[in-house]
Amino acid sequence: MTAPILRIEDVHKSYGNLQVLKGVSLTVQPQEVVVLVGPSGSGKSTLLRCINLLSPPTKGRIWLEDQDITAPGVNQDRVRQRIGMVFQEFNLFTHLTALGNVMIGLTKVRKMRKNEARDLAMFELERVGLADRAHYYPAQLSGGQKQRVAIARALSMDPHIMLFDEPTSALDPELTGEVLAVMQKLASEGMTMIVVSHEIGFARQVADRVVFMEGGVVVEEGPPQCMFKQAIHERTRAFLRTIEYMRHAP
Amino acid sequence: MEFVQDLLTTFNFIVQGLWVTISVTAVALTTGVVIGIVLAIVRVYGHPFLQIAVIIYSVVIRAVPVIVIIFILFFVISRYVNLSPFWAGALALGFASGAYQTEIFRGALQAVQSGQMIAARAIGMSRLQAIQSIVLPQAVRLALPAWGNEATLVLKDSTLVFAVGVPEILRRAQQVSARTFEPFLAFGVALLLYLALTLITTQALRWLERRYRLQM
Repeated sequence: MTAPILRIEDVHKSYGNLQVLKGVSLTVQPQEVVVLVGPSGSGKSTLLRCINLLSPPTKGRIWLEDQDITAPGVNQDRVRQRIGMVFQEFNLFTHLTALGNVMIGLTKVRKMRKNEARDLAMFELERVGLADRAHYYPAQLSGGQKQRVAIARALSMDPHIMLFDEPTSALDPELTGEVLAVMQKLASEGMTMIVVSHEIGFARQVADRVVFMEGGVVVEEGPPQCMFKQAIHERTRAFLRTIEYMRHAP
Repeated sequence: MEFVQDLLTTFNFIVQGLWVTISVTAVALTTGVVIGIVLAIVRVYGHPFLQIAVIIYSVVIRAVPVIVIIFILFFVISRYVNLSPFWAGALALGFASGAYQTEIFRGALQAVQSGQMIAARAIGMSRLQAIQSIVLPQAVRLALPAWGNEATLVLKDSTLVFAVGVPEILRRAQQVSARTFEPFLAFGVALLLYLALTLITTQALRWLERRYRLQM
């Protein structure tokens, strides 16, 4: 077995008196696709924010490729460059075109020249199928297109791992497909991914592992086939039934 | 015929103040923009101690009549620093406008969605980089309408430097009026010049606003 790309050890996170994460441990192998599921408030999004240090854990440690990124004195901006993040609300930079959104990290963070950055940004937009929308502003794009630009923006930083925080939850149902397709392609290209999502179809087809969280802890985890058919804990089964029911509901 | 002659003489004299008015306004607005943007960033993102310092500056300056600030610079500060009436007046207007512009840019910075900062940090930008390349460019666009209003106020406040003897439009109009005993003509010309300046400024700003409007 190869060395894990990400190792989370006993991570706690509190906001004031509110304890959101109560000791989460998780190990992710290179090229693995992990889908995080769980009821709202279970700490999935908080866990993602801890991993890329947008809100560092209050206790516990996280290793990214043998570096303890929670150690004091770590350059957090450097760490974040290696971790791509895609948000539920897209968060595209509203004053920049699609191309500008993908370019700005290249020019400002990776210090590339404009020409070089433009070529690479176009390449990333092509990857998500949006080269023809390069000069559109976010307001002129559909939700699905916005999210694909956001994915291209994250990919442009050449991340070693990608975090997706409910990437399709803010989309109209008919637009989720195009985003999931891009994510599936990314997974097949060998990208390591942690995805918070309730898309059962995606979890079944793409995930190597499904992790069920509730109340700030990991309740259970396993390959999707096992989790959906024979989860050990009643809570897990109940939750998975609910989202599966939601999916088939009209 | 005599009226036209008078009008031309009066106009030719007063219009020499036009450039002074424009210069005072430009210096004041530039000073104000620099102060406003820097202090607003400190106010929103700075250390709590510095935030308080900014609040004090903003509250005190806005509570004091601009003419008092002009007098302080001209009569007090200029004893220690070599300040011409022009610079004392223009800088005083700039400090005053800076306080108002701080509030304008503070509101604009806070109006930028928090997700913008988070997304910028997520691609590895430092806080300062994120402010510089993502939040500030959007805030400036959001601030434009209020800023345009402030610009016309400063333009009109530039008449106050008249009090320390800067030969701008109003000062010159007053001089003509005192000499010719024709206040109607003198102040009429001043009025038209201010009207023209204000209209041109607002039109230019409106164009800028349209050009750089953020689509949400």
